[in-house]
Amino acid sequence: MNLSPEILLEMQRRMLRIRRFDERASKMVKRGHIPGTVHTSIGQEAQVVGACMALGDRDYMTGNHRSHGHPIGKGSPLGPLMAELVGKATGVCGGKGGSLHLADFKVGSLGESGIVGSSIPIATGAALSSKVLGNGKVSLAFFGDGAANQGCLYEAMNLAGVWDLPVIFLCENNQYALSTPAHTVTSGVIADRAAGFGMPGVRVEDGQDVLAVYEAVNSAVERARRGDGPSLVEVVTYRFNEHSEGLRLGTDYRDADERSSWLERDPIVLFRRRLVADGIALDDELDELEASVLTEVDDAVAFTDASPYPHPSVAFADLYTDPIGALA
Amino acid sequence: MTIMSYLGAIGAAQREAMEADERVVIIGEDVEANVYGTTGGAGKSRAEEGDFLQMFGRNRIRNTPISEEVIVGAAAGAAMTGLRPIVDLSYSSFLYMAMDQFVNQVAKNRYMFGGQASLPVVFRSAMFYGLNTGAHHSDRPYPMFMNVPGLKIVVPSTPYDAKGLLRAAVDSDDPVLIFEACTLWGTKGEVPEEEYSIPFGVANILRPGTDVTIVAISSAVPEAVAAAEELALSGISAEVIDPRTLVPLDKETIISSVQRTGRLVVADPAHRTCSAAAEISAIVAEEAFESLRAPIIRVTTPDTQIPFSPALEKQLYPSRTTIADAVRTVVGERVMTQA
Repeated sequence: MNLSPEILLEMQRRMLRIRRFDERASKMVKRGHIPGTVHTSIGQEAQVVGACMALGDRDYMTGNHRSHGHPIGKGSPLGPLMAELVGKATGVCGGKGGSLHLADFKVGSLGESGIVGSSIPIATGAALSSKVLGNGKVSLAFFGDGAANQGCLYEAMNLAGVWDLPVIFLCENNQYALSTPAHTVTSGVIADRAAGFGMPGVRVEDGQDVLAVYEAVNSAVERARRGDGPSLVEVVTYRFNEHSEGLRLGTDYRDADERSSWLERDPIVLFRRRLVADGIALDDELDELEASVLTEVDDAVAFTDASPYPHPSVAFADLYTDPIGALA
Repeated sequence: MTIMSYLGAIGAAQREAMEADERVVIIGEDVEANVYGTTGGAGKSRAEEGDFLQMFGRNRIRNTPISEEVIVGAAAGAAMTGLRPIVDLSYSSFLYMAMDQFVNQVAKNRYMFGGQASLPVVFRSAMFYGLNTGAHHSDRPYPMFMNVPGLKIVVPSTPYDAKGLLRAAVDSDDPVLIFEACTLWGTKGEVPEEEYSIPFGVANILRPGTDVTIVAISSAVPEAVAAAEELALSGISAEVIDPRTLVPLDKETIISSVQRTGRLVVADPAHRTCSAAAEISAIVAEEAFESLRAPIIRVTTPDTQIPFSPALEKQLYPSRTTIADAVRTVVGERVMTQA
């Protein structure tokens, strides 16, 4: 991989944005500032950013319920995302989506889905558009190990295979579907399932290494861009927090040793060490980067606090492109 | 004007829409071979001339695997990113396979993303009821989808409507579900040869009348017209209204008709509970109660599944006889006082 220092630092910046954004969101949930709950990407930043930065600015992606990181990884500004989590009028979806339904079409983020697996066909359809219109765009569907057992994934992989669609099926295997260990509900290896559809299936064993993820996804993106069709990439990672913020379960479904060994493999810490070791940046510069990201998050919260709530009439807008009688 | 079948009118609308806009594509099972007769020249099976595959090629005529969930979801994703797909789902009973995509993606994506997306996509399907195909092919599921805000629901009953409503659906920037009645496929009628569209939310008054309003849906429309003709012989003047689109619904035409006639019969081939007829009856009860001179009667399919045997099935759907009987019941008092 021959990536410029600018790109490498941008990777670190985006991972930090996700970490600090989600840390703040977690606090805001616990203080009641964000209604409902959120699912954080803390611990999975390398996997998110490595995949997002392998895509071009114009490329498409769809997310899932654990998806604040995806638009951030794709370059979306933090203010409207934070405002959406709080339900403000300036939110990226005007306050109608919330944490589970962030979307920022300006960066190719076609939306998250609160239904596990449900956005995979949407990404597949975006790839169909690219193919029919010949515009060279690639599409990527993020889904977890839980969604890997939904039927719609296999319908989508089959269709993408027969039509050679420029789509990447990206499995974020954080090893647990809420409390259920993936290996207890998943037959075989997820990446191996690609073989049944005649497409490449790659398993990135170290999903805490942003460059390893980038490299694997980049190959899949290049293949799709060439017109050679879809790929499946499985990235093994770990979520550091609970399934959702504020969730209190009576059982320890994750082994303490397992958890602490993963916590030692913090993707942001690992990449920082590497940037210094490779002479890409000095410690001082990386401290400055961290401080500037903290400021971005502070600014996003200030923007959110200063924003109004939507007018009640907004509940009746945007259902159809033309208002129809039923809502009058 | 030319004489065209209902099915031929659908094919004509699809061809014109494909020719008018390169972003229109047809996606579905067996669309390449023209199995149902809407993606080819005249009639079923591939034609030498005027075949869609020949005219538009495989990039725009997309034969699919039997995978309703991804067909519907991919069409939605394609619509969100620049295409205007027409999806042929063949039988309406197959829509359930894609229920998550219809309800959670197609209907919600524009709304929950704050208007960032629009979904110009049409889902066509045929209701194979009345043809002894048994319980898995005979559903009339449009009321379920009326209960999902974000979808537009279209139920054409004539060749003229089938062509004009389909073109309006393709031109709409919102998702549209068109439910075609198989028993109407062979119906012939006058259809303009040129392109036209029929706006949604505008009911068609097929027959004016003064004693009773019959609102009829899909294949109940020709039955209601036949009932009205028969009733005219006994001096009962029935107005027959076809709403043509159930979402949006032309409430004004229905209400103003009931305000003139004072009586309402709704004929709907769907199951009775939460049917389109139930909704229309509720609207009239809420908004025109003072005009009603008799209780509203719904003529629907009873809440049972559809049996296979010809000895069992036909009795279940609204017919000219059951519609006429309902009309006689609601006008009974007046007829008796006149007698």
